[in-house]
Amino acid sequence: MKRIYVNEKWCLGCHLCEYYCAFANSGKDSMVKALKNVTINPRIRIEERGGISFAVSCRHCEEPLCTKSCITGALTVNDGVIQIDKDKCVGCYTCILTCPYGAIVPSETGAIQKCELCMNNSAGKPACVAGCPNKAIVFEEKE
Amino acid sequence: MSKYVIIGNSAAAIGCVEGIRQVDQKGEITLIASEPHHTYSRPLISYLLYGKTDEQKMKYRPNDFYKKNKVIKRLGETVTEIDKKEKTVTLKNGEKIPYEKLLVATGSNPFVPHMEGLESVKNRFSFMTLDDAKALDKALKKDTRALVVGAGLIGLKCVEGILDKVATVNVVDLADRILPSILDETGSGLVKKFLESKGVEFHLRDSVERFEKNKAVLKSKKTIEFDVVVIAVGVRPNISLVSDIGGKCRRAIITNNKCETSIKDIYAAGDCTESADCATGDMKVMALLPNAYMQGETAGINMAGGTKLYENAIPMNAIGFFGYHMITAGDYIGQTYETLEGENYKKLFYKDNRLMGYIMIGDVMRAGIYTSLIKNKTDLATIDFELIKEKPQLMAFSKKKRSEFLAK
Repeated sequence: MKRIYVNEKWCLGCHLCEYYCAFANSGKDSMVKALKNVTINPRIRIEERGGISFAVSCRHCEEPLCTKSCITGALTVNDGVIQIDKDKCVGCYTCILTCPYGAIVPSETGAIQKCELCMNNSAGKPACVAGCPNKAIVFEEKE
Repeated sequence: MSKYVIIGNSAAAIGCVEGIRQVDQKGEITLIASEPHHTYSRPLISYLLYGKTDEQKMKYRPNDFYKKNKVIKRLGETVTEIDKKEKTVTLKNGEKIPYEKLLVATGSNPFVPHMEGLESVKNRFSFMTLDDAKALDKALKKDTRALVVGAGLIGLKCVEGILDKVATVNVVDLADRILPSILDETGSGLVKKFLESKGVEFHLRDSVERFEKNKAVLKSKKTIEFDVVVIAVGVRPNISLVSDIGGKCRRAIITNNKCETSIKDIYAAGDCTESADCATGDMKVMALLPNAYMQGETAGINMAGGTKLYENAIPMNAIGFFGYHMITAGDYIGQTYETLEGENYKKLFYKDNRLMGYIMIGDVMRAGIYTSLIKNKTDLATIDFELIKEKPQLMAFSKKKRSEFLAK
């Protein structure tokens, strides 16, 4: 399955992936409306310290602890992509308790949100990857 | 003849169905459960009262789950005994159903201790099942005075569910603090203060001496008038089907890492079982939904002839009240590191260069990174522990590990 991979060697720490992610998932058609004067809450997050930086988003694990632990059945795996039914989610945060990468975060509505590889938004393919200026984030098939 | 028989219809039972079907698409599965309902998420009953979910959304799996997985369901029927020699289970009506492999996922039942005068109370409830929640809901009015006996996870989730529907909520508990199974003194204090600010009144280090119709007389001689009482002092694992036929049990049914009981071809999973805490090796009842699902799945895979071990269970919990969240995991032993800033509290427990447990209240972001350190028994000498103390972050791991996490 095609997954997002991050190579910290190429990461500039520019945070553009966070902005592209927030825009792609905003449901808005203009970047200004989606991002200006807004505290963004992206599904991909940069960690940075002392000259090192890298982006973290859902790994779409083959053994997905979040999905197996979900108390509502709101997290499901569809063709390898772990998806969230926000309407079903009650925001108990059991997935935040279990995700070993810290890749699941609360959304504004109280339900959780996570990377769904932009399958369910207007971008259609990972916006973070398309927007990364230095190919530090790639979307590819690996063994 | 049914190849697989599953007793139960909650997380462990559903995990078992999904585990079996990973290996065996055809073998006949019969699922028997006392409750007549489509599988639903038990922990959601408080959210149902709170209005955050509804009966459709709280279904643990979609409407077509049984059909899709070719499960013969016998809902609303109760197994009264297992015959391990003949390999059959007997239903209340006398019908016998044969099995090749059996899963016991019978869960637990509310424990109601003897309390003087309790039988004279008309509106008394437990808070375990969907029917419990619906019955309680029916009894609540705007002017209802509610009394909840028990300040543990079940009692306080019930409080959250009903607080906005009633006039007053009083909570009585023998313990000196609320949520003693998951929180330390400081953490309990914070959550108690928060719940008090929402209008909940606590009576700790106290217990009900007797009920007089609509009045509870406490040991301290305080009296509390109420219209509705919920008893949530604890649960008892349902072990009798297995203990009756000589299966090894202590407080709960003892299972190994394949989720087998001590009786051949009988497996058990979920709240009715005791299993090993991987961080300490101690046998424990870890009655939590993720554990139930993963035990059930493990049992299912093994029942169907596959191989799967479940050996990274630890006690853990994510719970919140009115948007105030807390996540806890592991065992509270060893040295501690703690920070408290306003309503955000964090405490780490570490010993012999391993993270053993943690409590996070308020800010719970990325708690799972801590959970995985406990489960994986990560040697703290191989990571930057100062960074981990500061917050859960992958930056604390070595470059090689980070690359394994994110680039492979």
